[in-house]
Amino acid sequence: MKIQEIVSLLNADVQSGADKLDEEVSSAFGSDMMSEVLAYVQDQGVLLTGLVNEQIVRTAAMMNMYCIIMVRGKQPTDNMKEMAEDNDLVLLTTELTMYETSGILYTNGLNPAGHSYV
Amino acid sequence: MSELVKLHYDVDGNDFAAAGEASMKIKKELRNLGFPQDIIRRIAIAVYEGEINMVIHADGGTADVSVGLDEIDITLADKGPGIPDVEKAMQKGWSTASEEVRSAGFGAGMGLPNMKKNTDEMEIETEVGVGTTIHMKVYVA
Ligand SMILES: Nc1ncnc2c1ncn2[C@@H]1O[C@H](COP(=O)(O)OP(=O)(O)OP(=O)(O)O)[C@@H](O)[C@H]1O
Ligand SMILES: [Mg+2]
Repeated sequence: MKIQEIVSLLNADVQSGADKLDEEVSSAFGSDMMSEVLAYVQDQGVLLTGLVNEQIVRTAAMMNMYCIIMVRGKQPTDNMKEMAEDNDLVLLTTELTMYETSGILYTNGLNPAGHSYV
Repeated sequence: MSELVKLHYDVDGNDFAAAGEASMKIKKELRNLGFPQDIIRRIAIAVYEGEINMVIHADGGTADVSVGLDEIDITLADKGPGIPDVEKAMQKGWSTASEEVRSAGFGAGMGLPNMKKNTDEMEIETEVGVGTTIHMKVYVA
């Protein structure tokens, strides 16, 4: 699905990367542990997280992901927004919980990211 | 090994927010040099895990990358506490990370195994009270 569709489904706010909402994504992974994201996720795609720090942007950037969704109303710092722009990442925020966000995206066809247990 | 490019970065041990800056620069350099996406991703993940380790477990350190025609060599060196039991540290899930580190999204005990998974060779030299040096190689030929 296009990132724009995610924005509509979640009623999300676009914090960075407003020019990239036409990009297609096909899978997502949710975690507050960046260690796990780095170790398990095999493909690119969308990162759902309730964690707020610079490392969510770096983790997504290292893994060549397209989009980060910050759940539970968490807000990025200005530095995080800038880093996301620099790394061609779309940064979204939503009031929905991790469970609600996952459920909505899953039922609308966004697949679980390919993962392997190291 | 014939070297094309050598990169050197200092990693500040007192700035968690900045951890990963060296990895980010290395990733950009490798992209500019035209390496394939999957090679860059593997190196970026391995160096980032190592860089985070130097910040959360040691007092920062250095990252050196030498880019050759057939392999990329990475050396991460710190003067931290060293690793008393490397075999244990290499086990998935084994971690001495503090509660603070865990609430910042790290400390699952997955970093070292993930560095090994993403590289073709990895060697750990460590001495308690002296420091840790990790050598990694990724074949590119
Ligand atoms: N540079 C280092 N200096 C001292 N100890 C280290 C260093 N790197 C790793 N260790 C030790 O090895 C353990 C395992 O490291 P590893 O990277 O696998 O997991 P972690 O850093 O604890 O958690 P994660 O990487 O999942 O965030 C660490 O908890 C720490 O005790
Ligand atoms: Mg680690």
